[in-house]
Amino acid sequence: MQYLGLQKYSSGERSRILFCYLMLLPILALFFLFRVFPIIKTFWMSFFDWKLVGNERPFLGLGNYLMLLVDDQFLLSMKNTFLYAGASVVICLLLSLPIAVVLAKKTKFSGFYQAIYFLPYITPLVPMAVAWKWIYDPRYGILNYILSIFGIKPVGWLIYPSIALWALIIMNIWKNLGYNIVLLMVGLKNISPVYYEAASIDGAYGWSCFRYITLPLLKPILLYVLVTSTINAFNVFTQVYVMTLGSQAAPGRAVRVLLYDIYENGFRYFRLGYASAEAVVLTIIVIALTLIQFRFIKSEE
Amino acid sequence: MKSKIGKNKKRELLHAVLKHLGLLIGAFFMVIPFLWMLSTSFKPEVEVLIWPPKLLPNAPTYLNFVELFRQAPFFRFFVNSMFISIVSTIVILLTSLVGGFIFGKYRFPGQRFLFLLIIVTAIVPFESYVIPLYTTMVKWKWINTYQGMIAPYLVMSFGIFLMRQHISSTISDELMDAARIDGCSEFGILTRIVTPLCKSSGGALGIFAFTQAWIAFMWPLLIANEKELFNMEIGLTMFQFKFSTNYSLLMAGSIISVFPMIVIFILLRRQIIESISLTGLKG
Repeated sequence: MQYLGLQKYSSGERSRILFCYLMLLPILALFFLFRVFPIIKTFWMSFFDWKLVGNERPFLGLGNYLMLLVDDQFLLSMKNTFLYAGASVVICLLLSLPIAVVLAKKTKFSGFYQAIYFLPYITPLVPMAVAWKWIYDPRYGILNYILSIFGIKPVGWLIYPSIALWALIIMNIWKNLGYNIVLLMVGLKNISPVYYEAASIDGAYGWSCFRYITLPLLKPILLYVLVTSTINAFNVFTQVYVMTLGSQAAPGRAVRVLLYDIYENGFRYFRLGYASAEAVVLTIIVIALTLIQFRFIKSEE
Repeated sequence: MKSKIGKNKKRELLHAVLKHLGLLIGAFFMVIPFLWMLSTSFKPEVEVLIWPPKLLPNAPTYLNFVELFRQAPFFRFFVNSMFISIVSTIVILLTSLVGGFIFGKYRFPGQRFLFLLIIVTAIVPFESYVIPLYTTMVKWKWINTYQGMIAPYLVMSFGIFLMRQHISSTISDELMDAARIDGCSEFGILTRIVTPLCKSSGGALGIFAFTQAWIAFMWPLLIANEKELFNMEIGLTMFQFKFSTNYSLLMAGSIISVFPMIVIFILLRRQIIESISLTGLKG
């Protein structure tokens, strides 16, 4: 006991402390094995030429990271991931804000609309990605049919990487719109009506009311939505795997995103050290985004 | 005066009509993938690959669902998904309850550090540390096993955080002391006093945990290499590669995978939306 520095506690407190450790032990073991250890190990592995088999693992220092800088596939996947995250987050926010404003007011069937818009968010990704693939089908898909009504020629949505990226962005917007709406509605409902009353006395209506009262007061939640959906978008993998791979599209022509590049280097070519370096880059991006959010929340308070 | 009121009313009505029109168009865009999926799953094969496509099947048939189970072990996939999700949910509920209770109601050396450690691991996305996790599974020979599939889904930082917030705000120190005087052990406090008071937040967490395990993709993709272990998501993906043109079968499979989530959503819509908005606010 004295080694733990517990002698300053009474015997009752001591047994209670022991109870705490005992109860936490299995939980901490799970956290260590499946969270803490692999996170640290990823950083460690990124400094080596680490393969799945064999014991020879030459130390490379920052070698893997330097190689990333000239790796066309990695750079392409970074570019795609940034474009994917940026475009889908911004468009999704611009679309969800007016809808949230309308639904937060006393609108008839508001709950019904909210549920419909929220539905895609809770449905699993794989079946919906398969459904979207069918919507995007170049020959028999319903999207090209709708476009053909307006005289637009059929588009090979998932065939060309540059168009396929936008097809993925559209699906992502569809999926996350409801999540944005629900969170923004909470923010809007938290704005005290007193502000609007004061504004109407000063003769502010409509747009100026929105611009000078709603937007500034909504800033914390806007930022929260922005950061969480950006992080979410950076982790895109499932849709890409389901929609742009497979028998129709050769793997080389798929939309390359960061997690897919990690997956391929790590589990197809078994370049574990190299893939770890990419994973570290992803981790750093996500941590940076989270820190930005914390900083803003602190300054708001 | 009268005509002015009439004018205002007319304008209000026009406003309302335009608003609902906009909302309905948006809602239509939201549901069309579901409708398209549902309709295709009931179409006979000859009606699928036609131009122009028809929104409703001419001769609806349920045979796609029969064929689906004949061509791939979808029942097995479904049971696997259920099994993995239920085990993961139960263990996450247990670990979150115990962790939340200990971190919320006790003081002990190292408490702040350990809690911070648990929270910080939540910031790092799971997919970015699958590589060492995978090599561990190889070492333990847990590839192609259920325990390998479930292992990373046994704890949830957010769950411990949520339960800690809930327990420290609902269970007072006085209540615990009173229980101690009545001869209740620390463990008894957890099982007899704390647990019954955690039903609602436990329910919200349960939905969260179940969904998270159900939609798991990259991890089972790495661990399950044999058909017998596929969950719905992987099963559907592999099935897709095999029958890439048979959309009526694919849509039938998708319907089955989406179904449990939609049922949960319809039953617990209010609670789900509320819990999402609450967790959103906490950050």
